[in-house]
Amino acid sequence: MTALAALIRRDIKIALRVGGGALIGVLFFLTVVVLMPFAVGPDLALLTRLGPAILWLGALLASLLTLDRLFMADHEDGSLDLIVMSRTPLELTCAAKALAHWLAAGLPLVVATPVLGLLLNLDATSTAAVALTLLAGTPALTFTGMIGAALAVTLHRGGLLLAVLVLPLSIPVLIFGVAASQAAITGPLSFGTPFSILCALSLVSFVIGPFAAAASLRHGLD
Amino acid sequence: MRCVRGGREVFSGLDFDAASGEALAVTGANGSGKTSLLRLVAGLLVATGGSIDLEGGAAELTLPEQAHYLGHRDALKPALSVLENLSFWCDFLGGEVEAAGRCLEAVALDHATQLPAAYLSAGQRRRLSIARLLTVRRPVWLLDEPTSALDAAGQQLFAGLMRDHLARGGIIVAATHAPLGIEARELRMGGDA
Repeated sequence: MTALAALIRRDIKIALRVGGGALIGVLFFLTVVVLMPFAVGPDLALLTRLGPAILWLGALLASLLTLDRLFMADHEDGSLDLIVMSRTPLELTCAAKALAHWLAAGLPLVVATPVLGLLLNLDATSTAAVALTLLAGTPALTFTGMIGAALAVTLHRGGLLLAVLVLPLSIPVLIFGVAASQAAITGPLSFGTPFSILCALSLVSFVIGPFAAAASLRHGLD
Repeated sequence: MRCVRGGREVFSGLDFDAASGEALAVTGANGSGKTSLLRLVAGLLVATGGSIDLEGGAAELTLPEQAHYLGHRDALKPALSVLENLSFWCDFLGGEVEAAGRCLEAVALDHATQLPAAYLSAGQRRRLSIARLLTVRRPVWLLDEPTSALDAAGQQLFAGLMRDHLARGGIIVAATHAPLGIEARELRMGGDA
């Protein structure tokens, strides 16, 4: 366990230092959401209706932006070789890395949501609903995205490939994330149904993500 | 043993052994498969034919889990300080945290513990990677060009560390062009090997 804790501590520390990239995702999220009211225009009713979708799209793209560094940095400096060789099972190591990435890059998106909700004319309950769905849904984005990051790790310039691989996998998360938020704001569906499915998607990704990523790392290293 | 990478045969018909307390210097021209051989032993490449066994090691662990691998790349994070880099590997490999400071002394880097690794010279980075070998005791050391970028004092210091390791019954397999500075049997790659 100390090995995994050490890995999580190190990854978060690197992400928070200069050039670490934890803030890049939040800044991107901020930019996308801030620009949206200017593009859509000052129609408050329309903004309220689009709000959850905009926030979710922003969060999805922001999490994709930082995901390609998940294994690439470790591959470039040779750390990944030592991680693959180590006594800690690679599946657990992958899960720990994804957790660290989510804590450094995913959680700040959730924290930023209440501020950005103001710009989109969302009231307190709606903002809370969107933040809650993001809290439940962004881990799924990180853990499924990790599969793509592991596949792209040995390819130089894998960034675009990562987006192509990962976006189809994140569509269900997007659908149910936005559906749950809309349900909380406008009805008539209950919030519980899509939210449960969203949580289920996250749980499934916790199981599949680390195994798939570990398998692809074992076979991809050369 | 046989190794094929990217559809091209790197080497085949290779057969070697190293006893406890023995160093094996893998030599040969560029591209003759020295690094491939080390990565095979480290479990980072899959052998196309043949097998590698460690006799007398811990039965429940695989060979890569009982080996240290020192590759071309230093596995250092530029954003972290010297001590943070080493403490991480110490923790991750299952060593004691107090060991990190002692290992830095052993490679004469204890004056720069708080310096970010980004500011280290190539030789200092190498010394720091060598310190990683000392954090946790592992019977097998796999070294790829270990003395590159080291100054004369550093090479001497490293030769001493390797001698200590061998004296405790360790095994060293090192790919090298330069003399290691210790007694080593030579395994020549390329040609008919």
